[in-house]
Amino acid sequence: MSARIGVVTFPGTLDDRDASRAVALAGAQPVELWHGDHDLHSVDAVILPGGFSYGDYLRCGAISSQSPIMTEVVAAANNGLPVLGICNGFQVLCEAHLLPGALTVNEGLHFVCKDQRLRIESTSTAWTNAFDQGQEILIPMKNGEGNFVADEATLDRIEGEGQVVFRYVGGNPNGSRRDIAGLRNAAGNVVGLMPHPEHAVEELTGPSLAGLDIIASVITALADGQVPA
Amino acid sequence: MARVVVDVMLKPEILDPQGRAVKGALTRIGLAGVADVRQGKQFIIDLDTEVDDAVLAQLHELAADLLSNPVIEDYELSVDVFGGEQAHPDHTGTAVGASSDAVVK
Repeated sequence: MSARIGVVTFPGTLDDRDASRAVALAGAQPVELWHGDHDLHSVDAVILPGGFSYGDYLRCGAISSQSPIMTEVVAAANNGLPVLGICNGFQVLCEAHLLPGALTVNEGLHFVCKDQRLRIESTSTAWTNAFDQGQEILIPMKNGEGNFVADEATLDRIEGEGQVVFRYVGGNPNGSRRDIAGLRNAAGNVVGLMPHPEHAVEELTGPSLAGLDIIASVITALADGQVPA
Repeated sequence: MARVVVDVMLKPEILDPQGRAVKGALTRIGLAGVADVRQGKQFIIDLDTEVDDAVLAQLHELAADLLSNPVIEDYELSVDVFGGEQAHPDHTGTAVGASSDAVVK
């Protein structure tokens, strides 16, 4: 029985179809989840995909973080459910306090869209166990508000506790503090990143197949019982 | 009836590209000596209910957690009571300093 991975659609989400496609290509079963439901449909993991949920009104991810489905996602994540937030999904995770810090406007003031090299800084997460520590991957990024900020004490703490999962290499594209591209929570079941692994799952359209390894990681984590199903 | 006004500003250390763009425009069209411009948001919330301590506490909670993000923003909250009885004097005018301080780490 293949892993059932929920993909949440908020109003204004763009990449839910791509995320579901990535899940299917990696051999798991995508399950559509709706922002207005209080129901996770017994999925084994959840992806919060990219886009401009609620039009980025108020702040990116702020209104989504208060949606009915997020009440369920937050409770389940605190019980160990693997959750991956991509781009806008990462912003939602920060706004929902599942991850520390915040994402704000890019330092260069431009929307940045390019293939981006990242270094895997933590493999002890539900979403990165298929990689090697220090491995570099190339996946697309596309954001206007991907500038990760937190106060120095928080940055020192998350660095010290190994919560940085992805770091930009070959130049910082948006001014993120300490080149941070993605984070995990303390337990390692919740991961958020600005670049888009779901767009790196086929040779025809992506710069690599690294996105498949993200999904493969959670399938492994679920099979190993590292996280409660 | 009460009018609650919440002003939200980016913390001083957070880049404000909108403020920077406005600063450039003000200078360009002839205003001399523009040292800095910061742009913020204002929320005006009209309530049909009385603002007692519990409501005030709830308003502060929402201002700190939804209307602003304490990682990057500070807020100031004021309550004006109009019509009917006056609420507790603490709830009128601008009870600003304390509320703003409350979200500064």
